[in-house]
Amino acid sequence: MKKTLLLLAAATALAGIAAPANAEAMDKVKACFIYVGPVGDFGWSYQHDQGRLYAEEKLGDKLETAYLESVPEGADSERALERFARSGCNIIFTTSFGYMDPTNKVAKDFPDIKFEHATGYKREHPNVATYDSKFFQGRYVIGQIAAKMSKTGSAGYIASFPIPEVVQGINSFMLGAQSINPDFKLKVVWVNTWFDPGKEADAAKVLLDGGADILTQHTDSTAPMQVAAERGAFAFGQASDMIAFGPNTQLTSIIDDWGPYYLERISAVLEGTWEQQATWAGMAEGHVVMAPYTNMPDDVKAMAEETEAKITSGEFHPFTGPIMKQDGSEWLADGVVADDGVLAGLNFYVKGIDDQLPQ
Amino acid sequence: MDMTQAIILTIMTAATPLLLAAIGELVVERSGVLNLGVEGMMIMGAVAAFAIAQLTGSAGLGAIGGLVAGMLFSLLFGFLTLTLVANQVATGLALTILGLGLSGMIGEAFIGLPGLKLAAVEIPLLSDIPFFGRILFAQDPIFYTSIVAVIGVSWFLFRSRAGLRLRAIGDNHSSAHALGIKVVRTRYLAVMFGGACAGLAGAHLSIVYTPQWVENMTAGRGWIALALVVFASWRPGRALIGAYLFGAVSIGQLFAQSRGIGIPSQLLSALPYLATIAVLVIISLNRRMTLINTPASLGKSFVPER
Repeated sequence: MKKTLLLLAAATALAGIAAPANAEAMDKVKACFIYVGPVGDFGWSYQHDQGRLYAEEKLGDKLETAYLESVPEGADSERALERFARSGCNIIFTTSFGYMDPTNKVAKDFPDIKFEHATGYKREHPNVATYDSKFFQGRYVIGQIAAKMSKTGSAGYIASFPIPEVVQGINSFMLGAQSINPDFKLKVVWVNTWFDPGKEADAAKVLLDGGADILTQHTDSTAPMQVAAERGAFAFGQASDMIAFGPNTQLTSIIDDWGPYYLERISAVLEGTWEQQATWAGMAEGHVVMAPYTNMPDDVKAMAEETEAKITSGEFHPFTGPIMKQDGSEWLADGVVADDGVLAGLNFYVKGIDDQLPQ
Repeated sequence: MDMTQAIILTIMTAATPLLLAAIGELVVERSGVLNLGVEGMMIMGAVAAFAIAQLTGSAGLGAIGGLVAGMLFSLLFGFLTLTLVANQVATGLALTILGLGLSGMIGEAFIGLPGLKLAAVEIPLLSDIPFFGRILFAQDPIFYTSIVAVIGVSWFLFRSRAGLRLRAIGDNHSSAHALGIKVVRTRYLAVMFGGACAGLAGAHLSIVYTPQWVENMTAGRGWIALALVVFASWRPGRALIGAYLFGAVSIGQLFAQSRGIGIPSQLLSALPYLATIAVLVIISLNRRMTLINTPASLGKSFVPER
């Protein structure tokens, strides 16, 4: 925190003389990051910050970074973005879905600065790129594991907000589970927050009380893992490896590895080759990494590894037909693979999910 | 343990930190001081409790550490607003911001470590009562403290001479001063009590509710506690009702979702706030009683006339 302030102060002093970014190669670049949670959440924001540190380590003196943590989505983020834009940042990474409109708005006023928005789909100006990871690939693997490991045939899903990224995850998890046990039950609880350990723990308890014996989450804290550990259930980690919070509980974890992407994009600014693009990488590119498969029999582990390998090689796509929508109508015919455009805006459930998707 | 018991226990865990923080702030406000730094004192309590539990290996010492940390942090507020007569609203807000930042700095070394959990204490015989025994008498010590605090504060405010003096100060500090009541000293004690309660509420979060340390883990609970005090019209019993109602509706809506009922989850998430406000407004409808209960000097600085 203190370091950030110092950096910001230094950057403000330098802002007057900093040359605007352009298409030419640069000697030194300043990359700035806006996080939705605290860097110490040990989940989403923590992993982004690990990516920042990775790029810093690789680029050494050529890279200066600054970050702002716990920036609320919406109007506050616009102010934070403008502050960064005026403080000499050459490239700004906005790392949460809710920063989408503010990012595009501020990008319009600062055409020389590159903006990179995570998990969104709007690129209204040439200086806005988007990036995301195919977390749903990992979700399919853990869905299969859940169906193998659950005694009650029912898992609990702690969800944050009904945005496409989260819906993809729920659907993919269910498809994975159904591939093993067609009657698998999935209970979804929406907590309407990315980060509130207490509320996440409450949701975890309620789901376990309701008969689920495996938990998975699309929120950022380690609280659900701890609750599962206390109750003797199994759980999947989220964003980072949470094995320390459930040595006998965590089956695996879907790890976000942003480091290689940040390094690549910041290097592109340095070399003057940065271009607008929409990156959606997954296991094959190393953006989605599975933590070691633990606390499961060898045959389940072998199955998980096989699925992971097939997804990585491109041999298998989690959204391959036949897939029905929740209402029973057909979405994908036999053998048809969902295209990225549809997935990126996914707003419906697949068949078998016992929940009404908030709209 | 059946499902009803399990859900009631979940509700009680969710309500305890709110109740503790609210009951502390209630005493502070009854003395005429508005401390908006509850969130800050709470998070300091949370980080101190976690750190001390980690370093000493004792969750009990952690709880005490959280209480003391909240109290010490509230002294900063006391010094600024009571001795230096700074604006209470601004100082309270600053205390929250400082607490959130400082706790993040102190807690950096403890991120990613599983914490110690404060063990439940079973009260012999009573905990064997069917159904209610497990719920009421096999809880963690911080829960017992929260209930004792409600009863104690209720008795203190309305049955003791010292409580009468405290309320007199809250209603009119100049008159109380003229009567020879020590305004500043009493307010210092009230602020410290509020800090201790908020600190213990924070400790509950980091060593009972979710035994871990993460930045900003209070997630706005200090503000909910502050609101509860006002909506409870400064009555301890109503604060208890408010805290448990808030907890019950929060958990109830999660439970309803897990059962797959078709109400939009955004509406369900707003329900705890709506329900708590509605109920507390209804029980405070008697306007005259509310006015009597509202500390008239709330938030006003006191400068003794010489």
